[in-house]
Amino acid sequence: MTISREDVEKVAMLARIRVDEQQVSELEKDLGNILNLVDQLQSANTENTEPMAHPLDAVQKLRADEVTETNQREAFQAIAPATEAGLYLVPKVID
Amino acid sequence: MHNKSVAELSRDLAAGEVSSVELTQHFLDRIKQEDSKYNSFITVCEDEALADARKADERRRQGDATPWTGIPFAHKDIFCTNGVRTTCASKMLENFVPPYDATVTANFRDAGAVCLGKTNMDEFAMGSSNETSYFGAATNPWGSDLVPGGSSGGSAAAVAARLAPAATATDTGGSIRQPAALCGVTGLKPTYGRVSRYGMIAFASSLDQAGTMARTAEDNAMMLNVMAGYDAKDSTCIDRAVPDYTATLQEPLTGLKIGLPKEYFTDQLSPAMAQTIRDAIAEYEQLGATVKEVSLPNANLAIAAYYVIAPAEASANLSRFDGVRYGYRCEDPRDLLDLYTRTREEGFGAEVKRRILVGSYALSAGYYDAYYLKAQKVRRLIQQDFVNALKDVDVLMSPTCPSPAFAKGEKANDPVTMYLEDIFTIAVNLAGLPALSLPAGLVDGLPVGLQIIGDYFSEARLLNAAHQYQQVTDWHQRTPE
Repeated sequence: MTISREDVEKVAMLARIRVDEQQVSELEKDLGNILNLVDQLQSANTENTEPMAHPLDAVQKLRADEVTETNQREAFQAIAPATEAGLYLVPKVID
Repeated sequence: MHNKSVAELSRDLAAGEVSSVELTQHFLDRIKQEDSKYNSFITVCEDEALADARKADERRRQGDATPWTGIPFAHKDIFCTNGVRTTCASKMLENFVPPYDATVTANFRDAGAVCLGKTNMDEFAMGSSNETSYFGAATNPWGSDLVPGGSSGGSAAAVAARLAPAATATDTGGSIRQPAALCGVTGLKPTYGRVSRYGMIAFASSLDQAGTMARTAEDNAMMLNVMAGYDAKDSTCIDRAVPDYTATLQEPLTGLKIGLPKEYFTDQLSPAMAQTIRDAIAEYEQLGATVKEVSLPNANLAIAAYYVIAPAEASANLSRFDGVRYGYRCEDPRDLLDLYTRTREEGFGAEVKRRILVGSYALSAGYYDAYYLKAQKVRRLIQQDFVNALKDVDVLMSPTCPSPAFAKGEKANDPVTMYLEDIFTIAVNLAGLPALSLPAGLVDGLPVGLQIIGDYFSEARLLNAAHQYQQVTDWHQRTPE
């Protein structure tokens, strides 16, 4: 399995990570090596094998739809990079 | 004082031979004097520790002490600590001060234990050498040019260097057992779901498990007594009674059936490593155990399955670091996309970015079935191997890793070589089983770990087996000097 420069650039955009020209070259090599390693999986016979998500096949517990957490907006926003009037600030999204 | 175990210190505190303030000051002084050599702590919380120690002494005077009240220890810097910086060894969280405690943190706090500080680790627990830490690599106390292993390398180094009698750790693919082996301490990864993951910064959620690190099995049992149990805040935590893990340590090993997976005793193990492990197993036979060979036919696929599943889950978990609500944010973002992409470029280190990209690729349209779904199926084959093997035997034993501690820089530039470091530990995480590493000898003057793997929720038996071995050997008492 090889991975192309275009693949690296596309997946970096999907993951929202900026990569420069040199990083793309390094990642092309590193990701290619990692994908070669994981290609061993294709040799396994997994016919009639169910995928496994939880080791004990546990399922999500349901709970009553009740408010249990108190509002801690001030504590949470105190550690945010930028807030104003109780809102998180980001660069302008709509013109 | 710093050579005593948690159990011994607990008895000394109960007998009034030492106060928590004295004990805490002693370890804080040691960290101040010694840790420039090891870099095992990212943050030392001197003021908080001394305040907690005073509270612990007061609580003891009032007759309300637990075995942990007043005992100093350290947290891996992956557990959120209310009011104390929690970095996960990343620039992304360099200045992150959580407004809440992880459940593990709260459990130790409630027991009256005294947190000395937060230990170094690989960034977001991604690494096997501690070299991916944004705060610089920790050093193995057994050699200034050696890695302590990872990702819980700071916890292992701090315990081995006697800077803390015990430390919490986490294990996603070997991150407790491998550094414990390389630094000559004892570490336990419990069954998936035994300990709450709430407030433990997530890497790969179906594999991550919090565990214990200390010099003796008995101290690990004392730690697990505090940590284990159901927590409604972690939806994957298992609701099951918690035994007193110290209560069964003394049981004899007569009749214990040990399985040796033949796939873990191959030519990739040096003769000296293989001999050391065989000697340890011979010791178990002396203690009354019987030994037979077993097979884990799909063991060779574990690394491949892991390096799809873990990065895929990491890519989802780490999408929360967006520069908006907490953590690092890039300077002067032009627009929202620039804010996201530059924050994540500048905030994450190289290995973390590699894994996010591999995971994003494996989950992307057109590749999901070939990678993620295939890996989840192989994962079940690997689990079935263990289930079948454990029908015939009580525990499995193997080396924890292929070799003793390696040199800094030796594997840092080759991700795939580094990944192979976890060849004997990683399948256990895929299966969700408990496993422990204990010091079992020296090769080239460096510690070697014996791994003991058990069935689901058999932590008490693993700790019992390790404790009995430690009654007749002294490898766990060896010091680097």
